[in-house]
Amino acid sequence: METLTDFWKKHAINLLYLPALLLFALFVFYPFVMGIGISFTDWNGFSQSSNNVGFDNYRQLFSDPNVRKAMINTLIYGFGCTVLQQCIGLGYAVLLNHSFKLRNFARTIIYMPVMIAGVIMGYMVYFLFQYNNGALNDILALVGMSPVDWLADGRRAIVIIMLINTLQFVGISMVIYLAGLQNIPKSFYEASDIDGASAVSQFFYITLPLLKPAIVTSVTINLIGGLKLFDQIKALTNGGPGYESHSMSTLIDATYFRSQQAGYSAAMGIVLFVFILIVSLLMLRFFNRRKFEY
Amino acid sequence: MKIKNTIYNIVAVLISMAHFIPFYILVTVALKPKTDMSSRWLFPTTIDPDNFVQAVERAKILNAMRDSALITAVSVVVVAFLGAMAAYPLARMKHRFNSTILKLVLGVMMIPPLSMLVPLVTLMSRLGGVSTYWGIICVLVTFQLPLSIFMYVNFIDSIPRELDEAAEIDGCSRFMIFYRIILPLLKPVTATVIILTGVFIWNDYQFSLYLLQSNQIRVVTLAVASFFGQSAANFGAAAAGALLAVVPVIVAYLALQRYFVKGMIDSAGK
Repeated sequence: METLTDFWKKHAINLLYLPALLLFALFVFYPFVMGIGISFTDWNGFSQSSNNVGFDNYRQLFSDPNVRKAMINTLIYGFGCTVLQQCIGLGYAVLLNHSFKLRNFARTIIYMPVMIAGVIMGYMVYFLFQYNNGALNDILALVGMSPVDWLADGRRAIVIIMLINTLQFVGISMVIYLAGLQNIPKSFYEASDIDGASAVSQFFYITLPLLKPAIVTSVTINLIGGLKLFDQIKALTNGGPGYESHSMSTLIDATYFRSQQAGYSAAMGIVLFVFILIVSLLMLRFFNRRKFEY
Repeated sequence: MKIKNTIYNIVAVLISMAHFIPFYILVTVALKPKTDMSSRWLFPTTIDPDNFVQAVERAKILNAMRDSALITAVSVVVVAFLGAMAAYPLARMKHRFNSTILKLVLGVMMIPPLSMLVPLVTLMSRLGGVSTYWGIICVLVTFQLPLSIFMYVNFIDSIPRELDEAAEIDGCSRFMIFYRIILPLLKPVTATVIILTGVFIWNDYQFSLYLLQSNQIRVVTLAVASFFGQSAANFGAAAAGALLAVVPVIVAYLALQRYFVKGMIDSAGK
């Protein structure tokens, strides 16, 4: 029979994580519950009073074309950036895994934008895509084409935001893949050389399968980042033109501050939260199942 | 072989140039006076410091850097300390309850900050924490803690348990083991935690945008963003502001590159 003193002796050390748990309780779990409460009201964000409207916000949300668009865009940003970053990042890693003079220089430059705030990066590339005097339009003028208002078209704006996010964060995938490549024993390639394997089949039959853990890590990081995308959109288009390039994150921001519908915005937050939760769980299951194939 | 290397070098230079374009354009815009309407691809013939003067005087970039530095320094120390503390029992006592706690902690990493926007701002304004140092620091620390705990747990996992057991036999309490034996061993991973969370906190925009609403405390991301919003007519000054905000991070990165990259790989770990 365990006495209370024994129990205390054994578990007192767990007190060390109490401060961290208190912070999570106060600034994550409590606000989350509070958000559910606010999402059932028509609160505008600053007045003292608000009315209970039941499920009205949620009903409105599922028939709101802007929310539907933002949801689709969130998926495009999430999965689009992830695919681009894997392809380009892996390409960079394979190239820079060879030893040649400028490879460290290239690694340094490619990783550099990772250090910069997304919102500042957004403003930096604005100088490229601006209509008047924008750097890209200068090139078009040079080859005799008329200037393009790059960010005025919704679909093009989405593609541009995706490319910029990829350009900024592809360095993360690159270093993860470089680390992964260095873990593959050289002898695997030498053995397959003897068997007469081509470089292409070496890539598909040795490199790719053995990079599995690196791919899982990189995809997870990029997907989480892409689905949360906010800073670059806010800086480049702020969701425009109209509501065309909003992600859920920027739409929540606009609904709260521009339209002053705090209740509605809180409901969107809850939906986004649940949505990310489902995606994360699916991702975990997908990767866990795949693990046993090799 | 030589031809192959030449091709690699050329491709590497082309890729690097593509990634460097935004920085290059930022510099040329920042250095050109308002009246210079030449292409942004061209380097200015005369360098005009006026844009930088404006960025310092009107956007108060230097003040913003001081506020950012203060917030980052305090947050990083708290994140490292609370993270190391929390990680010790989570790494060493892996019964079911603690594993659940660890999973919850990692779950916090997935949460998009914006999904908590309305209630978090509401809560903070009720607590009187909007536009205060403690308010923004509490929130930034909370959302950076999971990464820190995760990295410390991974690191403590790699420290042999025999060390703890030997100390226990010598009559050391568990708290003493943590304080005397484990904590001193955490130096290398602490450097990584500080570097990594430091960058995230310095670059934060989403929390600062909502929790720092007055002009008394303004971090660099806010200063640059609001300066861009106001100065539609003078992009040179806005670019100068952005450049000033970016330079310290770039310098730190170039000096400590190895640690930044290693930190990223460690944090992605297993």
